[in-house]
Amino acid sequence: MTMTDQPRTVLGTRLLRKEDPALLTGEAKFTGDIAVPGALHLAVLRSPYANATINSVDVSAALAHPGVRAAYSGADLVDLWAAPMPCAWPVTDDMKSPTHYPIAVSKAAYAGDGVACVIAETAAIAKDAIELIRVDYTRHEAVIGLEDALSDRVVVHDEIGTNRSYTWDLKIEEHEGDIDAAFAAAAHTTKERFVHQRLIPSAMEPRSVLAMPQPFGGDMTVYSATQIPHILKIFVAVVLGIPEQQLRVIAPSVGGGFGSKLDVYAEEFLCTALARKHGVPVRWTEERSEASMATIQGRAQIQDIELAADEAGRLTAIRVRLLADMGAYLQLVTPGVPLLGAFLYAGVYELPKAYDFSCTGVFTSMTPTDAYRGAGRPEATYAIERSMDSLAAQMGIDPLELRRRNFIPTASYPYEAFSGLTYDSGDHDAAATMASEMIDYAGLRARQAEQNVEGATKRLGIGVSTYFEMCGLAPSRVLASLNYGAGGWEAATVRVLPTNKVQVVTGTSPHGQGHETSWSMIAAEKLGVDPSDVDVLHSDTALAPYGLDTYGSRSLPVGGVAIANACDGVIEKARQIAAHQLEASADDLEFSDGVFRVAGSPDKEMPLAAVAWEAFTAHNLPDGMEPNLEHHTHYDPPNFSWPFGTHMCAVEVDTETGEIEVLKYVAIDDCGVQVNPLIVEGQVHGGVIQGLAQVLYEGAVYDGDGNLRTSTLAEYLVPAAPDVPPITTGHTVTPSPTNQLGVKGVGEAGTIGAAPAVMNAIVDALSGLGVHDITMPASPHTVWNAIQQAQGGSQ
Amino acid sequence: MIPAAFDYVRAGSAEEAISLIGQHGDEAKFLAGGHSLLPLMKLRLAQPTVLVDIGRVTDLSYIRDAGDHVAIGALTRHMDVENSSLLRTDVPLLAHAASHVGDPQVRHRGTIGGSIAHADPASDLPATTLALGATYVVQGPNGTREIAAGDFYQGFLTSSLAADEMLTEIRVPKMNGAGWSFQKFNRRAQDWAIVGVAAWRRNGDSGVALVNMGSTPVLAASVSSALAGGASIEDAAQQAAAEADPQADLNASVEYRTHLAKVLVKRALSEASS
Amino acid sequence: MEISVTVNGVTHTGDVEPRTLLVQYIREHVGLTGTNIGCDTSSCGACSVHLNGEAVKSCTVLAVQADGQQITTIEGLAADDGTLHPMQQAFMENHGLQCGYCTPGMVMAATSLLKENPNPSEHDVRIGLEGNLCRCTGYHNIVQSVLAAATK
Repeated sequence: MTMTDQPRTVLGTRLLRKEDPALLTGEAKFTGDIAVPGALHLAVLRSPYANATINSVDVSAALAHPGVRAAYSGADLVDLWAAPMPCAWPVTDDMKSPTHYPIAVSKAAYAGDGVACVIAETAAIAKDAIELIRVDYTRHEAVIGLEDALSDRVVVHDEIGTNRSYTWDLKIEEHEGDIDAAFAAAAHTTKERFVHQRLIPSAMEPRSVLAMPQPFGGDMTVYSATQIPHILKIFVAVVLGIPEQQLRVIAPSVGGGFGSKLDVYAEEFLCTALARKHGVPVRWTEERSEASMATIQGRAQIQDIELAADEAGRLTAIRVRLLADMGAYLQLVTPGVPLLGAFLYAGVYELPKAYDFSCTGVFTSMTPTDAYRGAGRPEATYAIERSMDSLAAQMGIDPLELRRRNFIPTASYPYEAFSGLTYDSGDHDAAATMASEMIDYAGLRARQAEQNVEGATKRLGIGVSTYFEMCGLAPSRVLASLNYGAGGWEAATVRVLPTNKVQVVTGTSPHGQGHETSWSMIAAEKLGVDPSDVDVLHSDTALAPYGLDTYGSRSLPVGGVAIANACDGVIEKARQIAAHQLEASADDLEFSDGVFRVAGSPDKEMPLAAVAWEAFTAHNLPDGMEPNLEHHTHYDPPNFSWPFGTHMCAVEVDTETGEIEVLKYVAIDDCGVQVNPLIVEGQVHGGVIQGLAQVLYEGAVYDGDGNLRTSTLAEYLVPAAPDVPPITTGHTVTPSPTNQLGVKGVGEAGTIGAAPAVMNAIVDALSGLGVHDITMPASPHTVWNAIQQAQGGSQ
Repeated sequence: MIPAAFDYVRAGSAEEAISLIGQHGDEAKFLAGGHSLLPLMKLRLAQPTVLVDIGRVTDLSYIRDAGDHVAIGALTRHMDVENSSLLRTDVPLLAHAASHVGDPQVRHRGTIGGSIAHADPASDLPATTLALGATYVVQGPNGTREIAAGDFYQGFLTSSLAADEMLTEIRVPKMNGAGWSFQKFNRRAQDWAIVGVAAWRRNGDSGVALVNMGSTPVLAASVSSALAGGASIEDAAQQAAAEADPQADLNASVEYRTHLAKVLVKRALSEASS
Repeated sequence: MEISVTVNGVTHTGDVEPRTLLVQYIREHVGLTGTNIGCDTSSCGACSVHLNGEAVKSCTVLAVQADGQQITTIEGLAADDGTLHPMQQAFMENHGLQCGYCTPGMVMAATSLLKENPNPSEHDVRIGLEGNLCRCTGYHNIVQSVLAAATK
């Protein structure tokens, strides 16, 4: 049974969020808000050097400081670790990964690497005390450039002897030599290099951990500002050697993640290990300038991409070479991030089996990288969408027209792509048409022709991008083929309580996405109850023991569908009970609006509320049936989901200063069936601004010694309200045929679509001046430089 | 986030503040609105051992018509400078520039005197008062003295204030209907200027000062001379960086800063002339 | 040093270290954790509260500077019967929050803004919130929320 062709009463409405009152009144509890008398505070001393041997660590002065309970070097703690910190995605069999302990033992591999720690009565004392620790370092040259890293001129980790972590290849052709032949025969080719700068995710809530030993028997409860309580539980057990059944992990209110909290971190292990060792609660909350160094960063790759196209501009082959910056260590899924984009370098376009992709991951002397909103897919989309503009410019045709010539035709869906993946659905012309009408593409082009005349200092540019999101991570067997360390299923339990109130237990772990609201809506729609009668339990491994958490826009297309399936299980059981009590055949019962009715006998009916009570009393159940109305299920999706869309952007560039003003931004996103359009729009707004911020504002800057020069929010330019435009959103709805809700996910779409749309607009504005590309972020200075260079410095 | 420990004393008057700072010596600092000092202390880039809080010296918060100039108490908050009808009428350039300082929360706490005494070349009000030819009144153990804005700024975060002196009043000449412009070029609204220009123009007279174009706020005297000599705005603006000594940072090279100064001075003079 | 601060109408008296920031005082001494800390450079505005009726960044005020003053935090905004303040209601109705971490500061900045400018344009709202960072919403719905609250 699918829900996509039924009348709906709850799904698709703009229900206000259940989460909001607690968050709006200050009642919500984030990890740092949980008051625990007697808790000790952890502070970590961080290396000021990006590459240094640790000769000695003297913690004696810190230990003598009043209020300090303990102080440790990395060597002091090494016996506490049953295993080093994990990387769960060994992308190749020969991938190299340096040993990574929560506190470095012999070497600091980036500025910010923990080298000693203190636990003390207050955070202030702990902070004072770490300043008293003396570390003797021998400094070495830092490795900052990716190509420099690849040369192994300076090797970051002696133990592995090279900076190359892995090379991962994907070459697809019908016959050997097809790709070379396609390039040789192409009417048009492009060859571009794009650089994705390092981004600092900057979730507004810094990370925070609280580890609390429980009375008797060694049980431990760990609160953490994490996206992944379930995965964290497994790795705390592994790294600390604690029996997993003694661990409970809770993610209370979590203030944003964007991938940065899709990780397991040193401080989570440190707090837990020290709480266990000392038998007291231990807590830690990151400071922002600490977060910039000690929390993962994102993007950071160099892309070389070549397109081959026929006379009409239809793609015939694509070649991609990536050099990806791992940073100093491999965190949870670091090496896999660039590979998540491997299947998207052809965008939403038809491509024959002529695709050559290779990615090399290298170690550098900088903070480890890992997933950041979109994780590999924004990078891929940027490369193909920027390249399509280059191709269009080369051919002298409109970039939207070039895209239309290459779109996978709607009639071809489901479409088996060059990669062997099946794209489930799509209608790219519809999205592009809607976007161009909403932004008045033709009108803008006409205005541009008038405005961008010789000598104009305010130049208009129009940018287009079309995209696939590829989310719903993912069929477990596909993940296995990629060497990913876990599956892609999600768990759900639905209980109808005796009084007809509903509990939904989910393995997803929201941190701003509104799952309590959306999951309530799914259960309410299925069971015919009011959403306010549904409570969603989540983010606590004692309440929701199974789950794979929230990342990669997976929660709705996997976790939400699991809930719908669990509701079906509940309804089926209820149907048996109702049939038994109504003395009817279960096959004759219809269920709608929360009531079972016997087909053809309108007077014979039994509401779910009555069934729930009967299931609870168990006085009169069918023979052999267990009491209570509950269904637990695990859902492993049969395919990725494929949200798509078209974004368009109009900018004006001040050629005298290089300043860019975004005049209008239109986002058309098709995420299939929308559970709650209010939430969908919010996800798009936020995603678009994050993508736009990569193009216009953000970038981690390291100097040659490996010092992060953008370690605070005064220097790392997360934009505020006056710095960004309003967003005009629109939607087409192409239901996913692979799940009963027809949903696809939307968390990363905005970010994926935005960056190329904005950059294409900027380059479009300046193409008349000879500007072909601009490195990100396109700061006024960078834009001005690009204009100067294009004009031969003569302007 | 947590400053190093310090002692705190609160002054009830300017005299008491000066006496307290004298007692505690070099490691003591005045605390006014705190919006220059506390951020440095939280990153432990400043670690004074004593803070002398002058925030309660309320008789230094005023904006008064003093005939040919407006007298502004040093502890007047940016928000009060911004919203003063007297300043909006008689020194609109200063009221407008104050509205560009930081963000509303900063302007609710930060003071004009704190900003000027901090002598940050990237701040808006030092350059603006310099362009306007302001005079600063400072009080020390031996009484008060006046320092012309042009003599006040000695180097990066360094002024001619003695360690035991306190800025008490800013005297800003009335603009008498002069045209004016304040150009602040930054990437985010809340940030310091990459380059800023405060300018006024009336008949042959003008005043132009630059934000973040050297180790101190910079008076672009060559621009004013060029204008006085009959140069066009375009030509005068080419002199924008003549007195400047800009530094490179994350946002701008020396070359770009110099270019921006010329573009922004041109725009400022055009606006001030319209 | 002993200080006495009135928070949401209740006067609290006690000793604090001079280096205690107002935000730490509110969270750790008064025990009201709705006010959040998002940065250490006075950039993000998550810690915004009202000091004598005006929005300030409580990470950039010492607790000792607030001695004898009136503080209102996010916990003091709704009516005693739990009815949300019109600004809180507007944020809810316009989906002006996602993770909610910046929200208390954003709401306090927004109420201060409307006090000073009861009929702001969209531009006024955006520039008036220049000192508050949000990573989730892209600001679109925050701006809509404040504009909606202005009409209530």
